[in-house]
Amino acid sequence: MFKEVNHSRLKVDGLSLAAGKALFVDDMDFRELLIVKFMKSPHAHAEILSIDTSAAEAFPGVHAVIHHGNTPRIPHTTAGQGHPEPSPYDTYMFDKKVRYVGDPVAAVAADTAEIALEAIKLIKVEYKELEAVLSIADASKPGVPVIHDEEDSFGIYDREKNLAGHVDVKVGDVEKALADSEFTVEYEIETHYSQHTPIEPHICISYLEEKGRLVIRTSTQVPFHVRRICAKVLEMPEKNIRVVKPRIGGGFGTKQEVYLEYYAGMITKLTGRPAKIELTREEEFISRTRHPMAVKVKLGANGDGMLNAVEMDVISNTGAYGSHALTVMFNAGSKCLPLYGAKNVRFNGSTVYTNLPVAGAYRGYGATQGYACLEQAMDILAEKLKMCPVQLRKINHIKKDETSPIFAALGEGKEGVPQFIKSTALSEIIEWGEEGLNWSDTKPHTEKTGRIRRGKGMAIFMQGSGIPLVDMASASIKINDDGSFNLNVGATDLGTGSDTVLSQIAAEALETTTDNIIIYSSDTDMTPFDVGAYASSTTYISGGAVKVTGEEVLKQIRMVAADMLKCSREEIELKNSIATSKKDGKTKTYGDIAKYALYINNQFQIGYIGSHISPVSPPPFMGVFTEIEVDTWTGKIEIIKYMCGVDCGTAINPKLAEGQVEGAVVNGLSYALTEGYLFNKKGKMMNGSFQDYKIYNIEDVQGLEIKLFSTFEPSGPFGAKSVSEIGINGPIPAIANALYNAVGVRAVRFPMKPEYILELMEK
Amino acid sequence: MDIKVTINGVKKVFNADPGEKLLDLLRREGYKGAKRGCSTGDCGSCAVIINGKLVNSCLIFAGQADGHTITTIEAIGTVNEPHIIQRTFVEEGAVQCGFCTPGMILATKVLLDKEKDPTLTQIREALSGNLCRCTGYVKIENAVIRSAEKMRSE
Ligand code: FES
Ligand code: FES
Repeated sequence: MFKEVNHSRLKVDGLSLAAGKALFVDDMDFRELLIVKFMKSPHAHAEILSIDTSAAEAFPGVHAVIHHGNTPRIPHTTAGQGHPEPSPYDTYMFDKKVRYVGDPVAAVAADTAEIALEAIKLIKVEYKELEAVLSIADASKPGVPVIHDEEDSFGIYDREKNLAGHVDVKVGDVEKALADSEFTVEYEIETHYSQHTPIEPHICISYLEEKGRLVIRTSTQVPFHVRRICAKVLEMPEKNIRVVKPRIGGGFGTKQEVYLEYYAGMITKLTGRPAKIELTREEEFISRTRHPMAVKVKLGANGDGMLNAVEMDVISNTGAYGSHALTVMFNAGSKCLPLYGAKNVRFNGSTVYTNLPVAGAYRGYGATQGYACLEQAMDILAEKLKMCPVQLRKINHIKKDETSPIFAALGEGKEGVPQFIKSTALSEIIEWGEEGLNWSDTKPHTEKTGRIRRGKGMAIFMQGSGIPLVDMASASIKINDDGSFNLNVGATDLGTGSDTVLSQIAAEALETTTDNIIIYSSDTDMTPFDVGAYASSTTYISGGAVKVTGEEVLKQIRMVAADMLKCSREEIELKNSIATSKKDGKTKTYGDIAKYALYINNQFQIGYIGSHISPVSPPPFMGVFTEIEVDTWTGKIEIIKYMCGVDCGTAINPKLAEGQVEGAVVNGLSYALTEGYLFNKKGKMMNGSFQDYKIYNIEDVQGLEIKLFSTFEPSGPFGAKSVSEIGINGPIPAIANALYNAVGVRAVRFPMKPEYILELMEK
Repeated sequence: MDIKVTINGVKKVFNADPGEKLLDLLRREGYKGAKRGCSTGDCGSCAVIINGKLVNSCLIFAGQADGHTITTIEAIGTVNEPHIIQRTFVEEGAVQCGFCTPGMILATKVLLDKEKDPTLTQIREALSGNLCRCTGYVKIENAVIRSAEKMRSE
């Protein structure tokens, strides 16, 4: 029924990327470019007693040295969220205190990287080392050192307890319901540090354009938030800053952070010269990470398997600064708990500071950590009930036209909005997985013997589509002489394909073809506002903006066509870039109509700027069914089959949507099985390279079977929901459940590396 | 020091510092298709073809390329006249952010130049040095298989 959407149109920037022509941040040359390097704290927690940069400043080739003594002290958050950000303002360009190994102490701008690095060695810093907090467990112990004891930070929940954020939400009476339940489960896990590792590390270049305004060309997911936060930290008005996002090499959440751009901007302001900051891979690992979380779930059910009570306790580790501290923790509850229809629900969440690397947004955004526990707890409950785990999910999961009190109770760092499920294929997905994996043949681990043991596991999930009543996107469309259209969007394509998807939505709304759409995105001077690429919002929210804009432009086309064809607007039929009068069958092309409006009569520019917000955040749903092999001699887990069914509403571009799921799943597998941080006793991350921090390569991927299940979401553009995040939630709980089914042990720490599995089996 | 190479079919002389890495030289000279993902030889985004072999240009000194033949992504095809491999990568959805793509395509080219009908194992081995965080590799693998098919039937 659709002509442009729901078709796998070629990615609009695909060939230019494949030809190596597309321009990333570093692919433009700048004269007199300065390279900026950071001097980083060697201590996890220390006061800076003195800093002497004179030798560095005198070093030939050095043009600026900045540190806490010569830069503005503006409390802010680096979380690239909407204004006002629901993250504490606890970060400074530089501070007199350092709070993790790697915290910037100073930055040196020089003619070359080598000179900058040499000069850094000449900076003399006197530190007073403080006791460091190096684990979740330590963070809130009595007498523990206070990490944010500075006076001017704000928005911190309880600084004395190192608590960045806290929430306690209750629906019904969980204690009573648990006490009354015939069967209860209590299960606790702790998830681990990991990094997004976009293949292009963080990079930005700032320079002054000819009128003296500051331009920041940056690898970001949030150009408009970069402008706003840089304006604040650099104490200059937004009007003097332009932020441009060219092609960027992946983000996955880590480029929702605004924490490099203002250093480059500061150097350019001071020197008048272009300045580049490019993180090394090692630095990337301590840029922003995933919040590790201790998650405890309690479930209560009666003999029929219906859940009476669900309780989730979360302690999230935000590291040294509270970027996304509150909201990621909230999401562990808000994206997990509505999946099951218990009447009594409690979510108790805290986010603690530690002297470890800073956490931030990462694909999955708390849901990944929450599901890691919840979906294992569901399996444990099924075993107690002597019920098939698939059946337990079937009878409890949320269905069409149902709601959950959690939607209203928990939102994005505050209350949420009530909503009913209007589209879901979760039941079909479960049937598909059950059949595909021959679930009825599953035997318990007690019946398995031999060195290599197979196990099956499953789990189900939901996510969201944008932040309801918060995320706003806009688009502008104008027609050109030949009937083509310029589509300008603030939305940010990180490689996700949003430029393509949004072009398809515009083409569908405008009754034209995708190749008639010329898209330009993510430039604060040239494109209208968009919050940016996060919270699985782009297809759903930005797509909504493009759709309304296209529809308004179509009205104008219809009006002009009616004037040209001398008939009423209702008599005009628009199809494939042609207007036809139903009265006499006469036609005008979009090119004719554009020229008429631009040059002939009642001249005006056919065009419109439209905006969109959504009152709801319809969840995409997913079911994962996996079969693994465990080598009981080595502890190694092999994936035999990983079936993943996703309902993302109408896939605007099915091939790109599948790609989003595949990418998220493989990222999740790598997170579940191989990725992890090694810290030394002083809190220094020791494995910051691809040699020592293993991410999946092509040879690691096996047995994937990914399928999209089409539904129609009435609130989404042409029926679409989101797709980009959900896939990453699956691997930990599904594989952990399969591990239990294979060998009878439960993983509570991650990644599930062979040594750890052996250790579990020996217990 | 002067470095004489044949790059993308053209004989050129470049001036390089003794310690300069080939990747830095290439990017400085405008061959921007070679990307920097790690500088330690672990990601493959800086890959180029030297004398028919895939080489991570961040790992070798510019001087080591002296006298050799270098092919970068710029010589494989253009936006208007893409190579079969480039077109197939796009058709199969194997390009997301595209940062790993030049390296992936060059790895594919090296493989298909010597192996017209590679096995799955050969494909995986040939691309195992190229990391991609976006695609999950499924569509990349499909793109290599399809490229091989199309190139055989040419
Ligand atoms: S940049 Fe050369 S291998 Fe990563
Ligand atoms: S497409 Fe982004 S890293 Fe491969």
